[in-house]
Amino acid sequence: MTDPVVKATALRKCYGDLCAVDGVDFEIGRGECFGLLGPNGAGKTTTVKMLTCALPVTGGDLTVEGLSVKEDPRAIKYLLGVCPQEVNLDPDFSVVKNLVVYSRYYDIPRAEAEKRAAELIARFHLHDKLERPVEDLSGGMKKRLLLARALINRPRLLVLDEPTTGLDPQSRRQIWQEVRDMKKNGLTTLLTTHYIEEAELLCDRLVIMDNGRIIEQGTPRQLIEKHLPGGGNLEDVFLKLTGKHLRDE
Amino acid sequence: MNNSLAGSLSYRAWYMWRRNVDVSLVTWKTNVLPPLLEPVLYILAFGFGLGAYVQQISYAGRAWDYLAFMAPGMVAVGVMFHSVFDTMYGAFVRLRYQKTFDALITTPLSPEDILAGEILSGATKGLFAGAAILLVVTLFGLAQYPSSLLILPLSALAGLLFASFGLYFAALAPYIDNLNLPVFLFINPMFLFSGTFFPLDGLPAWVRLLAELLPLTHLVNITRAATLGLLSPSLGWDLLYLVLLTPAVAWLAIAKMKARLIK
Repeated sequence: MTDPVVKATALRKCYGDLCAVDGVDFEIGRGECFGLLGPNGAGKTTTVKMLTCALPVTGGDLTVEGLSVKEDPRAIKYLLGVCPQEVNLDPDFSVVKNLVVYSRYYDIPRAEAEKRAAELIARFHLHDKLERPVEDLSGGMKKRLLLARALINRPRLLVLDEPTTGLDPQSRRQIWQEVRDMKKNGLTTLLTTHYIEEAELLCDRLVIMDNGRIIEQGTPRQLIEKHLPGGGNLEDVFLKLTGKHLRDE
Repeated sequence: MNNSLAGSLSYRAWYMWRRNVDVSLVTWKTNVLPPLLEPVLYILAFGFGLGAYVQQISYAGRAWDYLAFMAPGMVAVGVMFHSVFDTMYGAFVRLRYQKTFDALITTPLSPEDILAGEILSGATKGLFAGAAILLVVTLFGLAQYPSSLLILPLSALAGLLFASFGLYFAALAPYIDNLNLPVFLFINPMFLFSGTFFPLDGLPAWVRLLAELLPLTHLVNITRAATLGLLSPSLGWDLLYLVLLTPAVAWLAIAKMKARLIK
C-alpha cells in the first residue's frame, strides 16, 4: 500500500508470557473504513489502545501518518479522533460545555471551538438538550455526542470503538449514516464492532482477530466468497473462523 | 515513549486544572459550600462550646483564649480536607466511574499532564478553603495582619502536598471503600493530633514525636504563628519540611497513578 495512514508491523502487547496482541501486521489506507473484528479477548481493544497511545507497545511498531506511537505519542494524538467504547463524557457539563472543554485539549481557541461545537450539535441533532447536564441524555444521544466530540479537532484518523453497542436500531442507523457521510468526505476510519452486519455494511476492508493474531483479512465480499462459496453473510464467516464457543475476557 | 516526568509534563496540565475548576463552578452549591461551612461549625462547637470551660490555654509562653488558639488550626484542617479529599475521592471517581482519565489520555494531554492537573486543582480547592476560613477567622477578630497574609501562599503549598497524598491514596485503592483506610490511619489522626485542638506540649514524648512526623503539624505551627502574629525564624524548619515533602509525594503519586493508568 502506498501512503498508508496507519501501519502496524509485528505489533505485540504482552503481560509477562501472556500476549494480548501477538504479532499483528496491517495497514489502513487513506480514506478507507477499516474494520477490526474478533470475539471478546481477541486483542481488538488492546490494539486500539496502543493506537490511541493509551498503552505502550511491547514489540514491533505502530505508526500513524509515519509517526511512531513509541516516539511521538503527543503528535499522533493531535491527529486522532477517538469515539470510545464506554461513555466517558463529563457528566456535570452540558452538551456544549463537553465539546468546548474537550476542544481546549487540542489548543483550539475558544471562539473557534464554539463555532465547531455549534456545527457538530446541528449535524448530530443534539440541540434538544443543549443546556442540560449530559447525565440526562439518552444512550443514543450520548453516543452521538461522543462521536461529535471525536470530530472537534478535525481528525485525520477517526477511531470508532464499538460505536453502536447498546443502541436502538434508529440510533444505530443514524450513526451508520454519519460514518458513511464521513467516508464520502474522505475521512480514514478504524472501526471495531461486535455487530458483524455493521462491519459488512460500513467497512471497505477488515481483519478478523482471535487470540491476539489476525486470522483472516480482506473485503467483506472476498471473505464471504472465500469461506462460504455457497452463500451466506459475514457473520457466518466470522463464526466459521472463530468457532461458536463462548469467550470470557 | 518518553517516560521522564519532565519530558512529558507540559502547559496542558492547566487544561486539566481548568476542567476540574469548571466542574467545581458548575457544582459549587452541592460540592463547595457544605464542606466550607464545616470548619465554621468546629469553631462554633469547640471554640465557643468547649471554650466556655477551657477559658485560657498556654501556648508559646502566653495565655490565649481557647477560641483564638484553635481557630488557626481550623484553617489548616480546611486546607488539608479540601485538597486531600478532592484528589482522593474526586480522582478515584474520575478514574473508575466517570472514566475521565480514559477520555483525556487519548487527547494531546500526557498522563503526567492529567495527574499534575489533578494535583493543581486539588491544591486550588485547598487554597480556596484556607482563604475562606481565614476570612471567617478574621471576621471573628482572631487574625493578626499582615502576618496572616502568609497563610495564602502557605495554603497553596500545603494544598499541593495534601492533594498529592490524596492522589497517591486513590492510586493505591483497588475499590472506593479502601479509601476509608487512609482516612482512619492518616487523615483523622492528623486532624486530632497535629496541635489543632490542643498544644502538643502536654502529650507523652513518644506521641509528640509521632505528631512531629505528621505534615499537618507543621502546617498548623506556621498557620497559628501567622494568625496570632508570632512569626519566628524557628518556623523555617516547619516550612522546610513541607517544601521538601511536597515534590517527593507529588512525584510518588504521579508515578503510582501513571502505572495504574498505563499497564
